[in-house]
Amino acid sequence: MNRGIGHSPFDLQVIFQLGAIPVTRPVVITWALMALLAIGSRLLTSRLRLHPGRAQTALELLVTTIEAQLGEVIPDGGLSFLPLLGTMFLFLVLANVSGIVPGVQAPTAHLETPAALAVVVFLSVQLAGFRRHGFFGYLKEFAKPSIFLLPLNLLSELTRTFSLMIRLFGNVMSGEFIIAIVLGLAGLLVPLPLMGLELLTGLIQAYIFTTLAAVFIAAAVGTTSPAPANGKEATT
Amino acid sequence: MTIEQISVIGAVVAVSFGAIGPALAEGRAVAAAMEAIARQPESAASISRTLFVGLAMIETMAIYCLVVALLILFANPFVHLH
Repeated sequence: MNRGIGHSPFDLQVIFQLGAIPVTRPVVITWALMALLAIGSRLLTSRLRLHPGRAQTALELLVTTIEAQLGEVIPDGGLSFLPLLGTMFLFLVLANVSGIVPGVQAPTAHLETPAALAVVVFLSVQLAGFRRHGFFGYLKEFAKPSIFLLPLNLLSELTRTFSLMIRLFGNVMSGEFIIAIVLGLAGLLVPLPLMGLELLTGLIQAYIFTTLAAVFIAAAVGTTSPAPANGKEATT
Repeated sequence: MTIEQISVIGAVVAVSFGAIGPALAEGRAVAAAMEAIARQPESAASISRTLFVGLAMIETMAIYCLVVALLILFANPFVHLH
């Protein structure tokens, strides 16, 4: 039953052992993407000039666009989250799209990578809230409209992180899964439109993940009560 | 029926019924966006951008059902893998 339609999306392929730690395929791809991003941005920003060339212009356009989007979502102090969320967006774009390269499977198509990213978002939301409101001030925010909503607010904090993880995983994984099934039914050229759709889905999911992370952070650092935003976002 | 057969039926039911709600919702969203674009063609760019994000959000519900179905098929806790 488990080998009927290909590999299970929950299986992990161990490539080599690092001491006692098994290193799986998504980990290797993730580190390759990270190296690509780090070396690429290092190369692109090592020779910044006042009169930019082509590459620098494209880079500046990208950064200012992300900055403007973040500024819309996080009204005050959005710039301080640009390194985290901008890097997250770039990594997600690269990771979601990397599935199109032959032999590479998108690391976000396995549950572990989205889970790690969602934990990063969760922790940075809490950290941002603590930094803005102080320890007890932020804890008080959870009981904001009334003390009876405290369990619901805490629960929504967890469920929205969970849904962030499942959304990214499900979208990327289902895209690859459908391509694999169609490829098994009809070989040449037929899966091409689906692959195009998968590229679009990857970009949109990267955008949504980053935007939602920004919205959560904005709700945590907001001067107004975060409760209505919490309740609304928990259902998305 | 064996657990395998029940699992397959469960996966089919999860995806098929789980697709109904998002399908209706996506239809309504696209219809509303079409109407808005017909009324204000100049704001078509921002409407369609918001529409895409909204559709991806709605689609998530169907994706949840798909994940549940795949869990039933591939990571079923009641089937002992050999």
